[in-house]
Amino acid sequence: MQAFVLLKLSPDTVDELTVAADGKSLETEALRFKLGDSDEHALEQALLLKEKYGGTVTAVALEALEVDDVLFTALAKGADRAVKLSGEFTGSQSHAAAGAMGSFLQSGDAALPADALILLRSQAIDDLDGEIGPFLADLLGVPYVGGVTGVAVAGEGLLVTKEFAGGLRGEFTLPLPAVLGIQSAEKPPRYVPIAKVRAAMKSGRMETAEIPLPATPASFTVERMYKPQAAGRAEMLEGAPEIVADRLVAVLAKNNLI
Amino acid sequence: MSGGILILVEHLKGELSQISYEMLGIGRKLAEASRAPLYAALLGSDVTALANRLGAADKVLLVEDSRLTMPPAGTVASLLKVLIEQQQVSLVLVGGTNITMGVGSMLSVRAHLPFVNFCREVRLENGAVVLTSQLFGGKIFSDVRLPDGRGIVSVYPGAFPADHDRSERASAVENVPVPIETSSVVFKRFIEPEVGDVDITKQNVLVAVGRGIQNEDNLALAEDLAAALGGVICASRPIIDQGWVPLSRQVGKSGMIVKPKLYLALGISGAPEHVEGMQGSQSIIAINTDAQAPIFDVAHYGVCGDLLEIVPVLTEKIKARKG
Ligand SMILES: Cc1cc2nc3c(=O)[nH]c(=O)nc-3n(C[C@H](O)[C@H](O)[C@H](O)COP(=O)(O)OP(=O)(O)OC[C@H]3O[C@@H](n4cnc5c(N)ncnc54)[C@H](O)[C@@H]3O)c2cc1C
Ligand SMILES: Nc1ncnc2c1ncn2[C@@H]1O[C@H](COP(=O)(O)O)[C@@H](O)[C@H]1O
Repeated sequence: MQAFVLLKLSPDTVDELTVAADGKSLETEALRFKLGDSDEHALEQALLLKEKYGGTVTAVALEALEVDDVLFTALAKGADRAVKLSGEFTGSQSHAAAGAMGSFLQSGDAALPADALILLRSQAIDDLDGEIGPFLADLLGVPYVGGVTGVAVAGEGLLVTKEFAGGLRGEFTLPLPAVLGIQSAEKPPRYVPIAKVRAAMKSGRMETAEIPLPATPASFTVERMYKPQAAGRAEMLEGAPEIVADRLVAVLAKNNLI
Repeated sequence: MSGGILILVEHLKGELSQISYEMLGIGRKLAEASRAPLYAALLGSDVTALANRLGAADKVLLVEDSRLTMPPAGTVASLLKVLIEQQQVSLVLVGGTNITMGVGSMLSVRAHLPFVNFCREVRLENGAVVLTSQLFGGKIFSDVRLPDGRGIVSVYPGAFPADHDRSERASAVENVPVPIETSSVVFKRFIEPEVGDVDITKQNVLVAVGRGIQNEDNLALAEDLAAALGGVICASRPIIDQGWVPLSRQVGKSGMIVKPKLYLALGISGAPEHVEGMQGSQSIIAINTDAQAPIFDVAHYGVCGDLLEIVPVLTEKIKARKG
């Protein structure tokens, strides 16, 4: 099986997000980018599959600030190849991202291998125009399942577990090649020591592919981006830990909770 | 908006999902305001009984076929594409849930319509459809306009009240003959939730831990606080995914919906997927170092501070008070 993990970095929400002067986008200067949880899990799931069934893992990421670290980390974790798709992708939405990833996967004579499994995030905080996975699957003409929390090889194809709600899950079978939107891997993403990442950097094994930003279909128009008016419902308790704790105890007592 | 409005009725294991009523509520409002017909597309095997509970729609478009047991997103998208062409639909509403996930994106490609995710508000402004979408874990809202009022909207669960749980009106049901393509994605079986050591949906007091707890060793702080309050701990998804707390204790979209008397959120940002599972709690107290964290919008009481410092002191004071 040839696993391709497609990664797209998203803005880190730990930092303050600022709306740009146009009032319709985020101030990119201030943004730091990171892999989302489900991107991390997609990579982990691919590595787990390789350990179990053999094959290769290729990590592919759309260019963004901090993307080199992400790709070197993927190599350090056990990916066989790391490919940076270079182009102006910052701020591009899911349709465009799927287009870029699709052109990489089908570029030139390298048509999609019959045993290709494409893993990527299931859904991310910046998927305003939809999830990348279903767009890509339709583009490639292969089946798609999202919300995946488990993958096993079954016969010629796959047996995947998809989660619904309240802990309920379902099992589905599908043939390869296929696109899977990974919600979480079967194990937590592995930790890799920084020394290994540095070694990967030195090996210089990262490849770069130029991908033009694909044209996106006519879409909606963003009229305004803004911070939600804090409903401000929480009554904030302030002070040093001792004082705050006293106040919390008073609140608990008032509400008959202790 | 020139054509009709269609909602994709969501159901699971023979039950209509709450989101179906939320979408009917929005659809009804838009239908009245624009004088467009409201259709409810009910697709599945053995779903006729559900059709009678959809009277809020002007017409239920029923596609019943044994091949539609837990159909994959691609199959549903293909069926919807036929329905929107047949009925001249402008606007499609789908649920922003794991069950429906993928349908909107695929339909958007196939029907050449824009798709807008994470919508918490849908309104008509001078005849145009304007949507408010929540992005970046609820930290940013985005208002978008659909060209000609045509498009597909994914409705965020819980953002709209399902005010009329069911309509008194009898449903007008039409069996629609639509060709069903066989999919290479085949549903095999359900895996029922693991029974945990405790049922968090039945607890009065929940101490919820999020990524702010930082490492597994710190969980003891939350355990102690929960014990002092006579409750148990539960967690946000990243903590569950780390394997620090069992899956049966996950709160949120893909976990449990809880409504305890007290929900104490420690180091939880309040992402929409988490809030979905706990917003119905009676008293919500949040401790978070980030004053801007969206959790403070749903909490009744908030502390902007370090849980690692506050929790041990709080636990001692509660113990002392209880004696
Ligand atoms: C389809 C789908 C389904 C999902 N289902 C669920 C679900 O069921 N349940 C769920 O929870 N999530 C779910 N998620 C994930 C969700 O989007 C968020 O990623 C998750 O809820 C974030 O968890 P968190 O708040 O613990 O972590 P973060 O968002 O990382 O927040 C950590 C918070 O801790 C604060 N903090 C850090 N240090 C401290 C400190 N010392 N003291 C106090 N505060 C501190 C930070 O300020 C921050 O606000 C789902 C996502 C998707 C896409
Ligand atoms: N979600 C709903 N479920 C059932 N009936 C509804 C719903 N919303 C509106 N109706 C009915 O549709 C009609 C118009 O409702 P309204 O748009 O609220 O004035 C009334 O008869 C309402 O009772």
